[in-house]
Amino acid sequence: MRGDEPRIPLSVKAGAESAAGQVWGELIDIMLTILFDGVAYGMLLFVLACGLAVTLGLMNFVNLAHGAFAMAGGYCTVILVNRMGVPFFAALPIAFVVSALIGLILERTLYVHVYRKPHLDQVLFTIGLVFMSVAAVDYVMGSSQVFVQLPSWLQGQDVIFGVGVGRYRLLIIVICGLLTLGLQLILTKTRFGSRLRAAVDDARVARGLGINVNWVFAVTFAFGSGLAGLGGALGAEILGLDPSFPLKFMIYFLIVVTVGGTSSITGPFVAALLLGIGDVAGKYYLPAFGAFVIYTIMIVVLIWRPQGLFARPAGR
Amino acid sequence: MIKTPTSFSVTRSLIGRSHWHPLEIVFWVAAFSTIWLFPTKYLILTEIAWLALFALSLDLILGYAGIVSLGHAAFFGVGAYTAALLAKHEIINEPVLALIVAGLVASAVGFVTSFLVLRGTDLTRIMVTLGVALVLRELANQNGWLTGGADGLQGVTMQPILGRFRFDMFGHNGYVYCLTVLFVLFLLARRIVNSPFGLSLQSIKNNPLRASAIGINVNLRLVAIYTIAAGYAGIAGALLAQTQAFASLAYFDFERSADLLMVLVIGGTGYLYGGLIGAIVFKFMQDYLSVWTPQYWPFWIGLLLVLIVLVGRERITGWTRPIRELASKLDWRAARKDGA
Repeated sequence: MRGDEPRIPLSVKAGAESAAGQVWGELIDIMLTILFDGVAYGMLLFVLACGLAVTLGLMNFVNLAHGAFAMAGGYCTVILVNRMGVPFFAALPIAFVVSALIGLILERTLYVHVYRKPHLDQVLFTIGLVFMSVAAVDYVMGSSQVFVQLPSWLQGQDVIFGVGVGRYRLLIIVICGLLTLGLQLILTKTRFGSRLRAAVDDARVARGLGINVNWVFAVTFAFGSGLAGLGGALGAEILGLDPSFPLKFMIYFLIVVTVGGTSSITGPFVAALLLGIGDVAGKYYLPAFGAFVIYTIMIVVLIWRPQGLFARPAGR
Repeated sequence: MIKTPTSFSVTRSLIGRSHWHPLEIVFWVAAFSTIWLFPTKYLILTEIAWLALFALSLDLILGYAGIVSLGHAAFFGVGAYTAALLAKHEIINEPVLALIVAGLVASAVGFVTSFLVLRGTDLTRIMVTLGVALVLRELANQNGWLTGGADGLQGVTMQPILGRFRFDMFGHNGYVYCLTVLFVLFLLARRIVNSPFGLSLQSIKNNPLRASAIGINVNLRLVAIYTIAAGYAGIAGALLAQTQAFASLAYFDFERSADLLMVLVIGGTGYLYGGLIGAIVFKFMQDYLSVWTPQYWPFWIGLLLVLIVLVGRERITGWTRPIRELASKLDWRAARKDGA
C-alpha cells in the first residue's frame, strides 16, 4: 500500500491512574468505548463494501476499483460542503446519487465488456481503473488529505453512562444501521430483492425464468456504487480522504467480502463488524502488531473456509 | 498416419520442443550486445534486467501453472532484504553467493506459502497472495531494528562480484552481472518448462481435474513451481538490492505486484519471452511517461491496462504470435525429422 496505514483515530482517552477501585471501572469504560468506535467503524465498512459483495456474488466479478466510487462520494461531499457551502446532510444524498451515476455509466460502457473475461483480465482492468482514479483525483484535488467541515453540533463527545460517545460516530451508527435494515428489507421483502437473490444463487436458471439478470446487475452495481459513495462521504472524517484511498482500503473491502461470503448481506455485515472492532481494538491494545493481525486472520479464514465464514453450504 | 506414441517418440518430441530457434539466439545476442552499444544507458538497462527476471518468475506460475497472484512482490522483497542484510552485516560478502542465499530464502518462504494457494478459486488466490505480501510488508515495517522500518535499509556496502568486479559508478559491472544472472536463470527456466514437469504444469493449467485423472499429482507440482518462482522473484529482488545497495518497504508494495502483472501481460504469458519483452516495453514507456508527466504517469499506465483488457490481451500480444508460430512450426519439423 502506498503511504502509511489507514488512520483510525480513537476517541478513547486513557484514564489517569486513580484509586484502585476505579481502575476496573475505567478499563470497562475504555473497552466499551473501543466497542462503540469499532461498531461505528465496522458499520461504515459494511456500507462501503456491501455493493462489492453483491456484485461479486452476482457476476463473479472481481472489482478491485470499488474504493474509487467511495472516493468519488467523499470528494463530492468535500467539494459541496467546503467550497459550495451545501449543508452536510444535503450533501450526503447528492454524494450517493453522483457515485451511483458514475457507477451506472461505467458499468454500461466499460464493465459490461469484462464480465465474461477471465479473472486475470478483471483484475488488470480494475487495477487500471484504480490507477487512473488515483492519478486523476491527485491532478484535480491535490495529493494532501482533505476533511469535510462538519456542523459544529456533530463535533465533540457526549458521556452516556460513563462511556465516551463521539457524536459523529453515533450518527454513523444510526445512518448505517438504518441503511442495513433497509437493505435487508429490500432484499427479503421486495420483488427486486427476490430476483436479485435468485440471480445470485444461480444466474443461468434465473435467466431461464425470465429474470433480466443484466438489468438486475446494472441496478445493483449502481446502487452498490452509490452506497460506497455514501460510505466515502460519511467516512471521510474517520478514515481520512486522500487520492490513495482506493488502494489503502481495497484490502479492507475485500476482507469484508471474502470473509463474509457473497451469498447474503448478513455475512458481510458480521464480517465488517468483526473487522471494525478487531481493528480498533488491535490498534489500541496491540499497537506493535499493527494491521498484521487482520491480514493473518484473513488468510487463516480463507484457507479454512474459502467460500467465507458465513457462506451457506448449499450454494451453486 | 497414426502411430502410437512410444516413449522414444515422446522423448524426441520433448527434445524437439527445446530446440533453440534462430530468433532466440538473435534475441540474446542483441541483449548482450547492449553492453557495448549503449554504455550511457546502464541504469535503465539494469532495471530492465531485474524486472525481466521478476516477470519471468511470474510467468512460471501464471503462464505455465495458471495461478493468478497479486502478491508476487512478497518474494521480491524477501530476496531484496536478505541480500541487503547479508551485505550490511558482512555475513556473506560475495554478491553471487549472497544472491543464491537470497534466492533460497525466498524459495523457502514460497514453499511455506505455496500451500495457501492450492485451495480455492482465483479470487481466494488473489486475496491470499495479496495478504501474504501485506503481512510480510507489515513484518518488515514493525521490525525496524532489523530492516530500518519505513526509512529503508541504508548503509549497505557491496563487495566486488566474485571478489574481482566492483560495482562501478557507471553501472557497467552491475548491468553485466544482472544480465548474466538473467540469462543463466532463463536457461534454467527454459529447461524446466520444456521438461515433462513443465508439460504437466500446462496440463494442470488447462484442466486440473483431468490432469489429476491421468495421474499427475497436481498439488505437488503446484508447490514445486511456486517454490521455484518464489526463488526467481527473490533473486530479482536481490539483484535490485545489490545494484542499488538499498532495500525499502516499497519492494513489497501492491503497486509492484500490479505493475508486474502488467509487464507480463504486455509481453504475453506462457512462452518465457513475454516477461522479457514486456519489461523492455514497460520500462521505456515508464521512463518516457515519468519524464513527460512526473506525478501523474500512473494515470496513463492505468489507461493502458484498461485498454489492454478491453481490446483483448490476445490481440495486444498478437504481434508476437507469428514469431511464436514460426518457432513452433520449425520445432515441430525438427521433431518429426528426428523422430522419423
